[in-house]
Amino acid sequence: MADLAIRARGLTKRFGDLVAVNNLDLDVPRAAIYGFLGPNGSGKSTVIRMLCGLLTPTEGSADVLGLKVSDNANQLKPRIGYMTQKFSLFGDMTVLENLQFIAAIYSIPKSRRAPRIDELLENYNLTQQRAQFAGTMSGGQKQRLALACAVLHKPDLLLLDEPTSAVDPQSRRDFWANLFRLAESGTAILVSTHYMDEAERCHRLAILDHGVKVADGTPQELQDGTGMSVVEVLADDPYAAQAVIQSIAEVASVTQLGVRLRVLIPASVDEPLLLVSKYLDAKNIAATAQLSRPSLEDVFVAVTMKPGARAA
Amino acid sequence: MRRDRLTFGMILGIPLMQILLFGYAINTDVRNLTAAVADEAGTHRSRQFVAELRETQVVRIAQRVETAGQLEELLRAGRISVGIHIPPDFDRRVIDAQRAAAHLLIDGSDPTIIGIVNALKNMPVSFDTTAQPDRMPAIEVRTYYNPEARTPVNVIPGLIGVILTMTMLLFTAVAVVRERERGNLELLINTPVTSAELMIGKVIPYVVIGLLQLAVALLVGYLLFDVPVRGSIVELYVAASLFIVANLSLGLFVSTAVSTQFQAMQMTFFLLLPSILLSGFIFPFDGMPKFAQYLGEILPITHFVRLARGIMLREADLTAMTGALVYLGVFTLVTVTAASLRFSKRLD
Repeated sequence: MADLAIRARGLTKRFGDLVAVNNLDLDVPRAAIYGFLGPNGSGKSTVIRMLCGLLTPTEGSADVLGLKVSDNANQLKPRIGYMTQKFSLFGDMTVLENLQFIAAIYSIPKSRRAPRIDELLENYNLTQQRAQFAGTMSGGQKQRLALACAVLHKPDLLLLDEPTSAVDPQSRRDFWANLFRLAESGTAILVSTHYMDEAERCHRLAILDHGVKVADGTPQELQDGTGMSVVEVLADDPYAAQAVIQSIAEVASVTQLGVRLRVLIPASVDEPLLLVSKYLDAKNIAATAQLSRPSLEDVFVAVTMKPGARAA
Repeated sequence: MRRDRLTFGMILGIPLMQILLFGYAINTDVRNLTAAVADEAGTHRSRQFVAELRETQVVRIAQRVETAGQLEELLRAGRISVGIHIPPDFDRRVIDAQRAAAHLLIDGSDPTIIGIVNALKNMPVSFDTTAQPDRMPAIEVRTYYNPEARTPVNVIPGLIGVILTMTMLLFTAVAVVRERERGNLELLINTPVTSAELMIGKVIPYVVIGLLQLAVALLVGYLLFDVPVRGSIVELYVAASLFIVANLSLGLFVSTAVSTQFQAMQMTFFLLLPSILLSGFIFPFDGMPKFAQYLGEILPITHFVRLARGIMLREADLTAMTGALVYLGVFTLVTVTAASLRFSKRLD
């Protein structure tokens, strides 16, 4: 188990009647990026807060970097980097002052502070902003600063709570380049997100829905193991086509993407392509249908709708 | 209302508290001023005179001493508000129209006392059977520490206490809550910083700010209103530092009890009101009923007003007022402990 950065068993957190996280098992390897995908309110932040000792689990336990979180929160803090969902550095201090403050908090020896801060300013492209007040920076710059502060003390584990929810695509790409570099140098990274394109970049990922882990694996494994066939329908009148397809009893879900419709049909149904075409032809709707490989979004839809589908 | 109980509490609590405090506790018709008697005559007449003074209920005789000098010491230490001095030749003085029969030594550092005791001066002395219309009043009043009865001299020491209470409480309470609102705290509690370090880090800058405010208030008081600091300025700063730390720890405690800056401000005002009304700053402490006095004794400002008036006006030593110092220390310890217990490095 020494190669695991996080090992959680039966992790549960209840707030009154609300079960925020339910019986979660989690194995996060070292030197990799582990994604945590789930809609808002699915318990992602709660899990991260339990992993860094901010919240006490109602049941279950978690070992982080080989130590039990509940007993060793203080020993773990210097080894964990944490980036909050909201920008939480000091807006009325400059970039340099923020970095110096964090360096002082982590008791980085004075002689090593200046070179480390220069290195971070360089790596995270903040050298020009060093004297700027953090509060006046753009979303992407703030996020780079937050990441620089989170990794200043070279943590073994980096916990990122929806780090890219407030930045543009270019900044997100740069951000992920930084994450890959960190993972390559041996840091374990747990990142929560609700962006599919980000989930695809993770080495492994878990999908969380209403506090329950509904899928876990590499993006590849998840895409191959949905248990769904995906039929992509290209229709002139996607609205009418959607109405028809939704009426088919076997169809699990239909999602419109512009003029395309992605139709999920359980793999147990034979000839899903024929089934869809038959219904469309019967209603004289001009459309071409073809089989497609499940995307991560399809995976997400497939695993998060299961309870609802069963009820229906 | 259900979503913000504290605000709801304030809506009802502030008027209720105001009315109750003003109605019951605040009494400008002061009775039972703490007094001591030095009866150097010890005759039948002098005892009768003291009994009559007591019957007015304006003074409550708490102590008997031998000499006028001892009365002055008690006044300086703030133990009594009024000293009744009866000279050895009291019986002869009573019938002598040119000389006052007795002296009332009063503590002029408390503003309302002067007026109240002045009314005593014209008290009819019933045994003065040979009452002559042109005789001078039988009782001579000597106002100590503020003989000209100038209001700023009385008000400014207490006002310093009010200013420090207001700013120190508000600064710490709001500063901590603001960091929680902005999320800074979530970042900080995830670092190896300990709760104690966080709290000390919050408190130290404000101690400096508080002492700076004290310097400004003293300087302006001295330059514009000629308010003296008769005692040791070092001792005044020692007393003020303790008082500031007491308020800061109360502010920290408030910050752990509220969740928004608005609530922190409401709490500050909620605490400020009794600080002004029950501390002896405006209304004399002796005039309040017992329960209000007990409430007042809980507030740090009550003790600081005593210390500040003592040092600034009566040239008193801190050694004569150790009780107030000890209380401020105890208050700080209790609130800091309560605050650290409530402030855990967890979110749940």
